[in-house]
Amino acid sequence: MSPDRNRNYNFDWISILIYILLVGFGWVNILSASHNGEVTSYFDINQPFGKQSIFIILSIVLIVLILSIEAKFYERFSSIIYILSIVSLVGLFLFGKTVSGATSWYGIGGFTIQPSEFAKVATSLAVAKYISDLQTNIKLFKDQVRLFAIICIPAILILLQNDAGSTIVYSAFFFVLYREGLPQLYLLVAVILILVSVLTLKFGILSAVLITATVILLSHFFGTKKRPSIFQPISIIILSIGLAFGVKFFYNSILQPHQQNRISLWLRLEKDQVKLEKMKKTILYNLNESEKAIGSGGFNGKGFMEGTRTTGKFVPEQHTDYIFSTVGEEWGFIGSALVVILFVLLILRILQRAELQKSQFSRVYGYAVASIFFIHFLINIGMVMGLIPTVGIPLPFLSYGGSGIFAYTLLLFIFIRLDSNRINEW
Amino acid sequence: MRPLLLLFSVIAVGLIFISRLFYLQVYNAPSENLFADNAIRKVFDYPKRGYIYDRNGKLLVSNQPSYDVMIIPREVEPLDTLEFCLLLKIDKAYFKKKYNKAYRYSPRLPSPFLSHLSKEDYAALQEKMRKFDGFYIQKRSLRDYRTPIGANVLGYIAEANPSQIKKNPYYRQGDLIGKQGIELSYEDELKGIKGIKFIQKDRFNRDIGPYKNGTRDTIPQQGKDITITIDSELQAYGEKLMQNKRGGIIAIEPATGEILSMISAPNYNPNLLVGRVRSKNFTKLYNDTISKPLFDRGLKAMYEPGSPFKTLIALAALQEGTIDPATTITCRGMYNYGGTKPMGCHCGNGNRDLLKGIAKSCNSYFADAFRKTIDMYPNAKEGMDVWSKHIKSFGLGNYLGYDLSIGDKGNIPDGDYYNKWYPDFRWGATTVISNAIGQGEVLVTPIQLANMTAAIANRGYFYTPHIIKKIEGQESIDKNFTIPKKTSIDSRHFEPVVQGLADVYKRGGTAAFLKVPGIEICGKTGTAENFTKINGKRVQLTDHSIFVAFAPKDNPKIAIAVFVENGYYGARWAGRISSLMIEKYLKGDVSLKYMEKLVLEKSLEEEYAKPYSGESFSINDGTKFNVIEIPTEQPTEDESGQE
Repeated sequence: MSPDRNRNYNFDWISILIYILLVGFGWVNILSASHNGEVTSYFDINQPFGKQSIFIILSIVLIVLILSIEAKFYERFSSIIYILSIVSLVGLFLFGKTVSGATSWYGIGGFTIQPSEFAKVATSLAVAKYISDLQTNIKLFKDQVRLFAIICIPAILILLQNDAGSTIVYSAFFFVLYREGLPQLYLLVAVILILVSVLTLKFGILSAVLITATVILLSHFFGTKKRPSIFQPISIIILSIGLAFGVKFFYNSILQPHQQNRISLWLRLEKDQVKLEKMKKTILYNLNESEKAIGSGGFNGKGFMEGTRTTGKFVPEQHTDYIFSTVGEEWGFIGSALVVILFVLLILRILQRAELQKSQFSRVYGYAVASIFFIHFLINIGMVMGLIPTVGIPLPFLSYGGSGIFAYTLLLFIFIRLDSNRINEW
Repeated sequence: MRPLLLLFSVIAVGLIFISRLFYLQVYNAPSENLFADNAIRKVFDYPKRGYIYDRNGKLLVSNQPSYDVMIIPREVEPLDTLEFCLLLKIDKAYFKKKYNKAYRYSPRLPSPFLSHLSKEDYAALQEKMRKFDGFYIQKRSLRDYRTPIGANVLGYIAEANPSQIKKNPYYRQGDLIGKQGIELSYEDELKGIKGIKFIQKDRFNRDIGPYKNGTRDTIPQQGKDITITIDSELQAYGEKLMQNKRGGIIAIEPATGEILSMISAPNYNPNLLVGRVRSKNFTKLYNDTISKPLFDRGLKAMYEPGSPFKTLIALAALQEGTIDPATTITCRGMYNYGGTKPMGCHCGNGNRDLLKGIAKSCNSYFADAFRKTIDMYPNAKEGMDVWSKHIKSFGLGNYLGYDLSIGDKGNIPDGDYYNKWYPDFRWGATTVISNAIGQGEVLVTPIQLANMTAAIANRGYFYTPHIIKKIEGQESIDKNFTIPKKTSIDSRHFEPVVQGLADVYKRGGTAAFLKVPGIEICGKTGTAENFTKINGKRVQLTDHSIFVAFAPKDNPKIAIAVFVENGYYGARWAGRISSLMIEKYLKGDVSLKYMEKLVLEKSLEEEYAKPYSGESFSINDGTKFNVIEIPTEQPTEDESGQE
């Protein structure tokens, strides 16, 4: 395909194909998970699947719009978009609508809008814009602080609205910053943070510190690179001790009981069988039911609209956050593995295209998109299958929700638009 | 390097997810089983249980509807227990007990709460049932016994117990299963197949419609009707004759092995074990350890056969060539074989050939024949083994393999048996001479004795006795019942023995006064000693009265064995009952009215009470020095008037 002739149509068709497959398959499963017996119309506005049909049509309009706008627009207006997004998040404190504890929605007519979904797009653009600025040097502490601020302002606003799940998504930007040259120290800190937290909660402070110290000292003495002073690892160990106490305090005093329970179940901390059985029926109900539903699908699945647990709506939120349980029950191992593979392919494809970009803005943005999809993919499917603690975030493209599908469409197609412009860039 | 972090993270997570999916859906997948799926409610539709007819097509067992209140504990909502208890006519303690029991079994599976409501209670309850969540009414069918006879043959059905449910998942808590008799043996044919409706539930346990539009539902398959070989009129008559007595009667059609009647006394009305009164009555019957009404004496009681066994002694001796019909001995009232005490004989002294030996039940004759048979071989073990093989070929000493509860093996000793008893091997024919007159170590059940009689009636073969005649009108029964089993005795040896058995009814025979006009019967009296322990002391009880017979002599239609416990000598009770049964079966009516009246009116209850009342038995009051066989003289004393 000659770049000259197809200048405006040089879109990444592989990404678009995967997008169509995921959205289409998502709709099929939403239909199965949300219908109540008779389906009169696929556009029945009173049913989730009907609404989703309309959202998909609107998404197509949105895609045409995104692709027809000049690529430079996104870079130029990224700051304004970011500010608008922050304003919309702040506005929630005044006009927001509270649904199941989180004040994350504006209600307009019969529809609701969730600004936190769109804030991901705005933050990605802002981060890309800031990093790609010629004056920015990510090795400098000053710039690191500003970047953290760009990422943390929306994250904290969302946390204050009591939507911890969406906040966690912002950890995706770590991958972006790391790719763009954030010092190794941060990775080390991140790894130690995760290691110490998990070890402390699972085995107690003493064991956690001992294990961490051993690992650090071993890597210090057997590392291939030039050996820094012995004080560096020792100070890290001292920090780890403090961190371990901090984690313990955070777990016991800051986290809410339901969050404690989720972590305690994930790390198998509860040893009392009777209590555990009771937990399985109450706080673990969703997970228990979703694992059962997925398991009951077997290799081939029970078939479209044939899932007994889906039909009986045994898994709460099965058309939104728990849509993967419907996939598992009705489409079996074949269908679920296909969804996993499509996600992996899509993310890898975006990464590959991002690395090809000549413009740093496009590359950073592409990286942000891939990272956000990855975190959603990791947390949502991991949660539904019981691999990580329960965190309520949707599965992109498959879960029901207008704001969600618009935001993920924006994320992906802005990148496709930027990517199509690659050859025109310098 | 830096771009690789995310790349590898994505690939790693993808692989972990696929492994987890594989674990959940393939490796650890629950088998695709609608029954295990708690999103689907299973509603059962119980089929009609097969009817049971007798050989003449008379309906013996049918069904009656019954209504059970079932409970699913998890679905029970707070309710007006007072009203509920009043409706069901139960008290609150019962409610609590049943609720807890059902909850322990399973909170989400149905358990019976109150079984077998009457139709009236059901009608009153049905309207109000919707008010009580978690309870529903399950219709089942119970048995309706059309006659009061044959409880031991027909058996009964009852709720399947947990181990049966575990063994066969077809049965669920509260289902009825055959536990005894025909109901047990032909459970698979009679039960039919339950119909099932699958109903989709939601997570609040509400029904939201048929699963897959009912395409997986099945309709119940009716149980098969079966016809059994019992002649209900003969059975009823036999039970009547056995009233006030204990024992068993087995009648077999020799040409087919079909069991014509199978009586165990005392008996009970099968309707006692139906419905709500079942458990109360069952406990009562079960706890009667003195008369043991639940003990099927026809199949399970083991007795020493006594004199009828002499026919087999004769047949084995004829086959081995140690005697021939003309062999004669002279009986002098005892048989002196060299033991400490000679074996007594009551045949009345004189020359005895085979026919006379049988007719007069001469102990000496058969002791001699037995001894000669064993002594023909170089050592006693070998002789005993050969003898034992002949006897066992008549179906004795092992399970017969009929289609009822397995019964008992009985015992026929062989060489090894005595080698174990006498470890120095110093035993011989004379050591075990009691076997010659059906005592000693020989044990048989009434059905084995009846089968032996049928084999003699057939002159050398028998069909395994069985109770099934037709299943759903089809005569295709187990092949084992339609193939004749040959005995190891050549048929030519039977004629003299059969003639001897016919002579039993002739002048001088032990059953001369039991003749039935117009029917030539072949039979043999018998008595068997028996003992019990009273206060730790071995006490001899009155002998069992035994009789075997078949008729007519040529082309026999019925072979019968009768045991009357503690009835004294064979002809007194068992012999009379045999004659009456044979006449009833062959003529349809009984002409021996006087004999019938005597049997019906005389009770043995007093006799049975003796071990408990401390009264002494005439048999061991010291007037007789031995107690082995009491044949001809005594019957003629008090029964000659009837002759």
